[in-house]
Amino acid sequence: MSRPIIEVSHLKQYFPVKAGLFRTIPLKAVDDVSFSIEPGETLGLVGESGCGKTTVGRSLLQLYKPTGGDVYYEGVRIDAKNIRTYRKNMQIVFQDPYSSLNPRMTVSDIIGEPLDVHGLCATKKDRRDRILELMELVGLNSEHANRYAHEFSGGQRQRIGIARALAVDPRFIVCDEPVSALDVSIQAQIINTFEDLQQKLGIAYLFIAHDLLVVRHMSNRIAVMYLGRIVETAPADEICDHPLHPYTVSLMSAVPVPDPNTERTRHRIVLKGDVPSPLHMPSGCAFRTRCRFATDKCAAECPQLTDRGEGHQVACWNT
Amino acid sequence: MYDPNTIPKKHLLSLQLDLKKFEPATEEEKRQTDQMRESTTFFRDGMRKLVKNPLAMASIVVLVLIIVTIFVAPLIVPYGYQDMITVDGKRDKTATNLAPFTYSELEQKAIESGESIFPHIFGTDELGRDYFIRTIYGTRVSLAVGLFASIIVLIIGLLYGSISGYTGGKTDIIMMRIVDIIYSLPDMLMVILLSVVLDAVLKNALTGTALAKIGTNMISLFIVFGLLYWVGMARLVRGQILTIKNNEYILAAKAIGAKPGRIIRKHVLPNCMSVIIISTALQIPSAIFTESFLSFVGLGVQAPMPSLGSLANAARGGLGSYPYKMIFPALMICLIVLAFNLLGDGLRDAFDPRLRR
Amino acid sequence: MGELLLQVKNLHTSFFTDAGEVRAVNGISFNLERGKVLGIVGESGSGKSVTAYSVLRILSEPGEITDGQILFKGEDIVKLGSKQMRTVRGGKISIIFQDPMTSLNPTFTIGNQLEEAIRLHTNRTKKEARDRAVEMLTLVGVNEPEKRIAQYPHELSGGMRQRVMIAMALACEPDILIADEPTTALDVTIQAQILELMQDLQKKLGMAIILITHDLGVIAGMCDEIIVMYAGSVCERGTADEIFYNPCHEYTKGLIRSIPSVVGKKDRLVPIAGSPIDLLNLPKGCAFASRCDKAMKICLDEKPEEIWINSLHIASCWMNVKEVYDEAAKEGGPKDE
Repeated sequence: MSRPIIEVSHLKQYFPVKAGLFRTIPLKAVDDVSFSIEPGETLGLVGESGCGKTTVGRSLLQLYKPTGGDVYYEGVRIDAKNIRTYRKNMQIVFQDPYSSLNPRMTVSDIIGEPLDVHGLCATKKDRRDRILELMELVGLNSEHANRYAHEFSGGQRQRIGIARALAVDPRFIVCDEPVSALDVSIQAQIINTFEDLQQKLGIAYLFIAHDLLVVRHMSNRIAVMYLGRIVETAPADEICDHPLHPYTVSLMSAVPVPDPNTERTRHRIVLKGDVPSPLHMPSGCAFRTRCRFATDKCAAECPQLTDRGEGHQVACWNT
Repeated sequence: MYDPNTIPKKHLLSLQLDLKKFEPATEEEKRQTDQMRESTTFFRDGMRKLVKNPLAMASIVVLVLIIVTIFVAPLIVPYGYQDMITVDGKRDKTATNLAPFTYSELEQKAIESGESIFPHIFGTDELGRDYFIRTIYGTRVSLAVGLFASIIVLIIGLLYGSISGYTGGKTDIIMMRIVDIIYSLPDMLMVILLSVVLDAVLKNALTGTALAKIGTNMISLFIVFGLLYWVGMARLVRGQILTIKNNEYILAAKAIGAKPGRIIRKHVLPNCMSVIIISTALQIPSAIFTESFLSFVGLGVQAPMPSLGSLANAARGGLGSYPYKMIFPALMICLIVLAFNLLGDGLRDAFDPRLRR
Repeated sequence: MGELLLQVKNLHTSFFTDAGEVRAVNGISFNLERGKVLGIVGESGSGKSVTAYSVLRILSEPGEITDGQILFKGEDIVKLGSKQMRTVRGGKISIIFQDPMTSLNPTFTIGNQLEEAIRLHTNRTKKEARDRAVEMLTLVGVNEPEKRIAQYPHELSGGMRQRVMIAMALACEPDILIADEPTTALDVTIQAQILELMQDLQKKLGMAIILITHDLGVIAGMCDEIIVMYAGSVCERGTADEIFYNPCHEYTKGLIRSIPSVVGKKDRLVPIAGSPIDLLNLPKGCAFASRCDKAMKICLDEKPEEIWINSLHIASCWMNVKEVYDEAAKEGGPKDE
């Protein structure tokens, strides 16, 4: 049995928000999240805006200092002291290809920076060779190494971001909505690139996205988040075909499908109301204000993830 | 839905198309239509826009001409800025307050007897000194002051603003409150007070040194600038850094493991450079103007070293009779300030990333 | 066949920028009947939003309609003066935009903005306008409308704001509602709510809708008729079934192939190669040719003609012409019968 490459245990990330002259209340962006990722596998993390999925990715990498909980890389606890060494093993690809690249740097500089920061290349020639190798790996034309980021299209910029993350030869990459800002036809190219890299290099991904079709395609397992908590985890096909948590059920039914016949005949479960503010979370289960099956127990106690068999875990009193 | 009677399929067959064209296109042919636009850097792009701006280009030309003149003129014009006119080695008392391009009686006599005397392009002042060369030296002083004062402002403001902006938190709050306090002091009053105080203090310290030539007033002027005028730049730099800090590429640099020093050097500063340069370009005329004002009220450079302001001050008395003595330095100040302002505006239009279309 | 409300004929729109002429729309034609939902689908740079803005003549500065006609109930609105155009905008044709956060004025209350829209186009008094505003808010499903009237945009959620936008757009009972990426900025569950609302409202009020989006799923669920655009040109247009089950243009086929399948098979996606083209340097042939794996020499040289695939479907692709020729060749000799 291989050991998980990433283990997250009771991760909490609270942001203090001003609420009056001297008071601050905590915005519970991530509230007690736990999961693990095996080497070479992809865990998809889905949820709507404000559910905390991006925060999970960034807290995991210590880009925000976690308010509570632990993160383990191959069994070693990661904290502010050792994170710098582990940056060689854990990397991130950002959502916006326009703001995540420094407009004043050339492609070669951007991809080469991680090499410089960690002193990975002994000679200038080595550095240059490695940069060209990385460009080929992600599908960029190596002739363009001295061009500036703003001269490339969105999809190409995203490739530059991926090459930058790969420069240190990481074993784990957080993919923070990497295709959401791209056109559909380019999304497919980048998704294929991610898959090819995973096959070639055996990298594990935490794939964060809000597009369920994309996440289903990319992931081995999927975790669904709502207001800072994970409500359901299961293998990808299982959770899409047989969702158990009421939120997941309505999420799956709300996804528009590019097939007119299916769209005409399907029965949508449309949720009423809006997502409550994370500053004033409902007591007990955060979803109860919109749930058709809510009972008193849901208001009194917050349900934990329980195993329903075959790796399917749900946090709900009613299923 | 549509009326199919408009173009039946048959029609296509009679289009007389060359059937060979239905062969697949090669990669080569496809790629020709898919070229990348020629590479431009941010700098080249901005320069292109700047060149198209007629006012900015005119300002550059004017400034270059002025700079060339102030270096070349003293080589051509045989008068020193403190030399009183002499004819045949004797001081010419009649050569005072001459109008432009006129000669005194003694000089005219000397010309008739074969001597060639360089014309007084701007006339002479009340002590018989050539006004043109004095104006030239005055311009030198004013430009030097403008430049050095702006550099002092730039260095102090840049350091202060970047530390404050990047560190954030309590340090930032405290540093900015200090800036607020300095900002609220009435600057003219402070300048005058400091000038007077420093004047007394430095007079003794500097006699005999090279700096004495410039005069304690000038030194105190530099010190005053160093103490007071950097706040605007600090605020600007801090604002820029706060904006840039929010960009994802800063977070990306952190994720790679870059240390704060590297992030500031390679990511933050290069991206605020254009705004800083523009601000500095606009700071220069402001400094020149302040210096001119101070010299006008008598707190500027010591006589006999001229500055445009002190020349204008000296010209006040005889304004009715000799208006040209005021016009030339005033015109020069206007020209320099206008040119720098237009250039600064042009630079901003061309380089300020916030204004990109 | 319902009443023909809008006929766009060979519309061309360009932006005359510092860097050159950006040809955003290059000859789009379509019809819109009452009660129908027309979907315009395309990626960024396809010209779909510019088409909508051209119809309403709200193009921003360097943009101009350079050719073509837009007939609203028979009258060419390209030629209308600004005063008359203003009665059309909001009164006869209205629009809702993508980002409800920036489309609503943050310094005025919801009620204020609604009443403004109502009073601009109808002759109601202040009180009547207020009543109508409450009526509209109820119609679009905003709870506690009396209370909401006095609230500011920032106090409402994204979904609520989009409902308010819809209420504003429909307050004057327009004939056509243009929705420019109305749900792109919204979460998927809210998107479902808003799309359901739009369908209900259409049944109740009977207006025609032009729905502009890049999301093929949304298009499949909402539209009777679809136009697929690429780089300012129409690739094909037809009914929803025709476009999805019988795509004839290589771009449409490529788009459909590059979406992850719902059916659970994890086949490798077949993306469209290359990057979107530069609208400053449009090629002389088919705009899509450089990315098309079936491109022929003729595709690079000449723009494809529009041909009828059947009475419900038109496509502009040389492959379809080639098929006709191949068929004719099989039947033994081309030329007319």
